Amino acid sequence: MMARQNRLLSVSDLVVQHRRAGRRPVRAVAGVSLDLGAGEVLGLVGESGCGKSSLARAVCGLTAPTGGEILFDGRPMRPLGVRRRAPALTGVQMVFQDPYGSLNPRRRVSAQIADGIRAGAERGERGATKLTPGALLVRVGLPEDLADRYPQELSGGQRQRVAIARAVAARPRLLVGDEPISALDASAQAQVARMMRALAVESGAGLLFISHDLSVVRLIADRIAVMYLGRIVETGPTAEVWENPRHPYTRALLAAIPHPDGAGRLPVELPGDASDAAAPPSGCRFHPRCPLAFEGCDREEPQLAADGVACRLYSS
Amino acid sequence: MNLRLLKRLPPACRRPLTLIGSGVALLWLLAGLAAPLLAPHDPLAQSLPRLAGPGRGHWFGTDALGRDILSRVLYGARVSIPLSLTVVALSLFVGGVLGGFAGYFGRRVDEVIMRVADLVLAFPTVILALVIAAALGASLQNAVLAILLVAWPPFARVARGLVLGLRSQEYILSGRLLGFSAWRSLRVDVLPGVLGPLLVLTALDIGNATLLLSGLSFLGLGAKPPIAEWGSMVADGTLQFDSWWIGVFPGLAILTIVLAFNFLGDALRDALDPGTAKTIGTAKEHAA
Amino acid sequence: MTEANHAERTRPQRAEDQRDILDIVGLTVALPGRTGTGTTVLHGVDLRLKPGGIHGLAGESGSGKTMTGLAVMGLLPPGARARGRVLLDGEDLLSLSAHELGAVRGRVVSMVFQDPSTCLHPMLTIGHQLTDHLRHHLKIGRKEARGRAADLLGRVRIPSPAEALSRYPHEFSGGMRQRVAIAAALACEPKVVIADEPTTGLDVTIQAGVLRLLRGLCDELGLAILLVTHDLGVMSAIADEVSVLKHGRVVESGPRARVLTAPRHGYTRSLLEALPGRTAT
Repeated sequence: MMARQNRLLSVSDLVVQHRRAGRRPVRAVAGVSLDLGAGEVLGLVGESGCGKSSLARAVCGLTAPTGGEILFDGRPMRPLGVRRRAPALTGVQMVFQDPYGSLNPRRRVSAQIADGIRAGAERGERGATKLTPGALLVRVGLPEDLADRYPQELSGGQRQRVAIARAVAARPRLLVGDEPISALDASAQAQVARMMRALAVESGAGLLFISHDLSVVRLIADRIAVMYLGRIVETGPTAEVWENPRHPYTRALLAAIPHPDGAGRLPVELPGDASDAAAPPSGCRFHPRCPLAFEGCDREEPQLAADGVACRLYSS
Repeated sequence: MNLRLLKRLPPACRRPLTLIGSGVALLWLLAGLAAPLLAPHDPLAQSLPRLAGPGRGHWFGTDALGRDILSRVLYGARVSIPLSLTVVALSLFVGGVLGGFAGYFGRRVDEVIMRVADLVLAFPTVILALVIAAALGASLQNAVLAILLVAWPPFARVARGLVLGLRSQEYILSGRLLGFSAWRSLRVDVLPGVLGPLLVLTALDIGNATLLLSGLSFLGLGAKPPIAEWGSMVADGTLQFDSWWIGVFPGLAILTIVLAFNFLGDALRDALDPGTAKTIGTAKEHAA
Repeated sequence: MTEANHAERTRPQRAEDQRDILDIVGLTVALPGRTGTGTTVLHGVDLRLKPGGIHGLAGESGSGKTMTGLAVMGLLPPGARARGRVLLDGEDLLSLSAHELGAVRGRVVSMVFQDPSTCLHPMLTIGHQLTDHLRHHLKIGRKEARGRAADLLGRVRIPSPAEALSRYPHEFSGGMRQRVAIAAALACEPKVVIADEPTTGLDVTIQAGVLRLLRGLCDELGLAILLVTHDLGVMSAIADEVSVLKHGRVVESGPRARVLTAPRHGYTRSLLEALPGRTAT
């Protein structure tokens, strides 16, 4: 592993807490550390409510962390305030989940992609000024003449590609995708995910790809991190996690994926529901649903060990 | 955007009330513009006979000073219509800007602006306008100022609610991530989304403003004699109760113009539906 | 629950000696268009379903799979014109009046939607809704209906069913809400359930539970399910037969294993190839 200063993105002990009026605050991210290098793709996987979106938003500076540190290029990520974002930080771009909310309905596609190009140019990226909205549309697999349209005239899949084109136009050094494919047709998901990987890796950018769908993530990620209730429970190279999952939650997640192999195998159910993030269980957060929980799991909270698993089964 | 708006107008325009409303409003506009040509007499000239009933020579009769009512009503349009439009435009501007800032910047800015707005809203509009106009002294300018001071908070409320709703929209966040300044973000991403509903509110408010303005003049807090202003003409009518025409014709003028503006406002709102209904709905939620 | 290989159990024999509970023959549906001619959204769809079987209907958005489900529910949009036959338990739905359809709906066939909150009233308790439904259709007393409602919740494996009756929809998690919606669909003991994307939007670990539940209901109660889904993984997990729809036409139909492992139509192949979850063989 490289020294932390050299990493493109370095998150340490990140805590993100959401305040709610009159109720206990929700600790959506409860102490997460992760690193991402240039040209690397990290897949962050977890089910709804595990805090992966909060993590993504904190990384982009859309929410201020409650604790911990986020370094982008060795410098702290400043939360977005009233002031204009510093040009250096426009090197972090995000693709959101909902293609219907992420484009301004009243502006033409070309104008919105041009915003991205301008951001890249202002940061002094070489070659940014040579980009045109039309060329970028082609790169995301859309016809050039879509540039003159308004978002309403496009399908969900086309909009999402436009949103990707706008993010890529800014020549980001770090691209964050927050469930960027879950609103797309099943047959388009893998394709768009692969495209995002290609666009990021080609330009030497890092990609933090967040999804609930492990079967898509494994296609494009170099490394996978699995999140459960605000914490990373397992991380490692994609092939290792996919073929040899070690944390009981990762195993459950893999066993629950139905495969279109025609075998009629019923996926394995993980009983119970994820606990409320406002009142996480004591000890290991997964222990109430864990089929392998044993004496002490309800008291001791396992930490993510050097081997990439946070589970007492593997602590000697 | 404006073109798009116009394209969506026709269905709502076909309704009879809308047609009547726009017809009446147009007539009054023309009447006001062409008052010097149309008016048979000088609106300020006093001549005999006084208190003449409607008839040849003076179609609407004359008042206690022998002034021609028809001419005064026509000239009155030159006072009421532009002043109510001005006061509403100013309210839209002041309320929209303050509410937009409150919604966009939040925190202390929001707190201060909205508390002031609440303070104003806590008083009955008409009475507060009366008090302010009385305190400032009777004149048309002061009446306009008084109405502006009581009329901006609803605009601020709605603008704030709309902006709050938009602020968390992902396209606005995307813009900020691309390094948009607050100003550019407001202008490019926020304003176009807010303008439509606010314009509807404005259109609906013109009638109110006209009514309030004539009301203040009626009570002697607006136009000073001898200016031909509908509200003060109605007031004159109350002094000469037997000569019904003195009060009734300017009263009818107020009635028709207010109704016309309200019909137009309704039409504009319906033309923007269902989008507007939705955004105004969320605005209300946020305003609560 | 026993392990996975329900397919190898006795169903084929059992299914063969029973007649189809649902038999769709040459179903063609035209929707009124603005131009007057109308657009045909289904072209001669054939489809059959045996008691205790699950027939999966696959296709991308706009392929007509939801429309097929609506036709079986007798819920075609106003103005739609249907030709062909939809035989449900021997009765042709297309020849029934609106009133007669109402009687069939709920008693013989019911539906489970993607978003359970659309069919559950947010301000009423689960018990209230289920018992109302039962009393209306079965003409039984309040007490008996409540007992049955609790049974139903137990059948869809909701923990402590009697207590759950007095809770509101929002107090349940997404997976549990879908179970409640399934319970509501089962209330009047229908013979056929149309499940339109029943697990889309659920987490995979939760989805697995709902799929197991649906399969179990078929095996235990002899319920027949028309499963409408775009997810071929889901299809592969619980369907017996699979039909693939494209632009309102069935391009391929057959036993699950055959269609998913040796697709004959190019479109089925392309759908399968686009999938990420396909395990390399």
